[in-house]
Amino acid sequence: MTVQEQDILVRVEGLKVHFPITQGIIFQRQIGAVQAVDGLDFAIRRGETLGLVGESGCGKSTTGRAILQLYRPTAGNVYFEGENLCQVKGEKLRAMRRRMQMIFQDPYASLNPRMTIGSIIGEPLEVHGLASGAEVKERVAELLEVVGLNSYFINRYPHEFSGGQRQRVGIARAVAVNPDFIVCDEPVSALDVSIQAQIINLLEDLQARYNLTYLFIAHDLSVVRHISDRVAVMYLGKIVELTDRAELYEKPLHPYTQALLSAVPIPDPEIEERRRRIILTGDVPDPSHPPKGCHFSTRCPVMIPGTCDAQEPEFKDAGGNHWVACFRVS
Amino acid sequence: MAPLLQVKGLKTQFFTQDGIVHAVDGISYDVEEGETLGIVGESGCGKSVGVLSVMRLIPTPPGKIVAGEVLFQGRDMLKMSEEEVRQIRGNQMAMIFQDPMTSLNPVLTIGRQISEALELHLNMDKNQARTRTIELLEMVNIPGAAGRVDDYPHQFSGGMRQRVMIAMALSCNPKLLIADEPTTALDVTIQAQFVDIVKRLRDELSMSVIWITHDLGIVAGLAQRVAVMYAGHIVEMASVKDLYREPSHPYTLGLLGSIPRLDAERRSRLTPIEGLPPDLVGENRGCPFAPRCPYQKEHAIERCLQENPQLAPVGTGLKHQAACWFDVRRGMAR
Ligand SMILES: Nc1ncnc2c1ncn2[C@@H]1O[C@H](COP(=O)(O)OP(=O)(O)O)[C@@H](O)[C@H]1O
Ligand SMILES: Nc1ncnc2c1ncn2[C@@H]1O[C@H](COP(=O)(O)OP(=O)(O)O)[C@@H](O)[C@H]1O
Ligand code: SF4
Ligand SMILES: [Mg+2]
Ligand SMILES: [Mg+2]
Repeated sequence: MTVQEQDILVRVEGLKVHFPITQGIIFQRQIGAVQAVDGLDFAIRRGETLGLVGESGCGKSTTGRAILQLYRPTAGNVYFEGENLCQVKGEKLRAMRRRMQMIFQDPYASLNPRMTIGSIIGEPLEVHGLASGAEVKERVAELLEVVGLNSYFINRYPHEFSGGQRQRVGIARAVAVNPDFIVCDEPVSALDVSIQAQIINLLEDLQARYNLTYLFIAHDLSVVRHISDRVAVMYLGKIVELTDRAELYEKPLHPYTQALLSAVPIPDPEIEERRRRIILTGDVPDPSHPPKGCHFSTRCPVMIPGTCDAQEPEFKDAGGNHWVACFRVS
Repeated sequence: MAPLLQVKGLKTQFFTQDGIVHAVDGISYDVEEGETLGIVGESGCGKSVGVLSVMRLIPTPPGKIVAGEVLFQGRDMLKMSEEEVRQIRGNQMAMIFQDPMTSLNPVLTIGRQISEALELHLNMDKNQARTRTIELLEMVNIPGAAGRVDDYPHQFSGGMRQRVMIAMALSCNPKLLIADEPTTALDVTIQAQFVDIVKRLRDELSMSVIWITHDLGIVAGLAQRVAVMYAGHIVEMASVKDLYREPSHPYTLGLLGSIPRLDAERRSRLTPIEGLPPDLVGENRGCPFAPRCPYQKEHAIERCLQENPQLAPVGTGLKHQAACWFDVRRGMAR
């Protein structure tokens, strides 16, 4: 890629995460592996939002977690400002974790129900030694205002809040420790449309205010298009296409991206009437037995027999930083 | 010809510890033969309770249909005996839900579950029912249907289970299919498969459909008419073209401003609806949307806080109605 090395905050090389499938009650032996993430190469530039889209189970969350070292990768490396996170351990890793936060999909499950909003947001401040005593409370009150919540909520519990409000608490917790990078894992997927828009605007405001870099994971292509600078499309553990937002949506090159985009309904009956859909047949294969060759070959409408189902297409630049893995694109 | 279904002044409430939940608070709509009506709104606005009331499937207590008529082919379902309603439900009206596992029996094979209905309602014998079951599974694109009728629900993927639900719903040739967010849990390519099948079968069988969703995109490509619900009320009703060309209720406008569009010109800021969804417990004076309405705020319209507006004609389209004291097109109060 042509980007200057110093502009890159996160670099992922050959990232693989395989979850062992075991059998046996006393002596567990491995009988296979879920190849959740199966060799990813990409970089995230400082200050940008990289969107990561794909259907459920394709490995988006696993990718996000592996970058943050919440899962240790099976293979590959993750560099954060040039430092290989896969080789950092203990105290140093903990210190680096302050700079990388995560926002979760489920605002119900991700907040401890027995902690007040104040301690949920305040705890990471104390853990990382960023504030103590009365400062903590002051800082939490300030953060609540920043994410659009009233500071008198500080002593309340998560169950007293709506989904959108809890998501704001989760966001306040993530930005509390002044991170550089946030993995947003489907942060609006569980929310109603009108609340989704509030949270998207908030994430955009915080990015501008704190100069944040986002990996924005979602399955909604319209949301990803709205928020991202560049977009990576995943299918069954692989990135199949990666390029600038406008380029991807105007000139999708991979047959999967094309099908995915054509499947998204547009809220305009006159456009819908004229649109032609590419309807894919069948379901996404099981990631413990991915197809040979291109992972998309079993559903691809333009698959080349003997090639696509035999060899793996290389992920390469088709020109102008438009990366694709497909034999049809050269 | 009279509409297939006429819902008039339907009110359904839940009697809970916190008070009376006004889940559906006086809604009226028609569904013509062969027509698809989309019902759109965010969670908790009464979409499901509305159609469950039509099917007479409200758990009582705590729920109760307290007012209204549901005329199906001219006869009021709310006045029928339980037995008469069961006849209609199994035969002429069918429903599919968001989660197919709630309606599939995990210990019966897929084939058994469909054939049972065929034997019961259409008096088919075992062989006829099995042949028809395989046909139905083929109709909904289950690959290798003949080899899969004896599978159990857990052996099917989510998308396939949802298609089995349509096969089951269609088994008795219903006149009306009610689909309650059937694609909400599905991935977008699987959703496209599903919508494609329903559209094809709807046209082939000239069925009427009520399609409930929170997705304004799906409705645009599927429905002829749309009802937008908010807080137990229908706040806007229009042909699908009029609704998107001249959205007239502030809530509809708010929803449209909240969704990023795949075909938007360029990155522009979303305009969310401020505030939180309403609480349906207790009586509500005034317009239910007033606490979040930008027009009420800007023009300080007192009437919005005092009287709940009824649906009234708006815009240039035929039968386009909105329930609002403010005329958003002309920028002035009515
Ligand atoms: N902790 C785990 N153990 C075993 N398998 C897992 C685990 N987490 C995820 N998987 C599997 O890995 C695949 C990718 O999952 P995930 O990354 O959650 O996908 P996505 O976020 O795109 O929906 C799925 O098949 C999932 O079932
Ligand atoms: N069994 C019930 N008991 C009490 N309240 C209920 C019950 N079922 C639904 N409600 C309430 O009725 C309202 C409408 O619910 P519903 O029709 O399910 O909304 P939607 O389908 O639009 O998401 C909600 O406020 C919900 O909490
Ligand atoms: S490599 Fe072949 S199978 Fe894979 S997407 Fe391209 S054309 Fe289809
Ligand atoms: Mg996920
Ligand atoms: Mg519902």
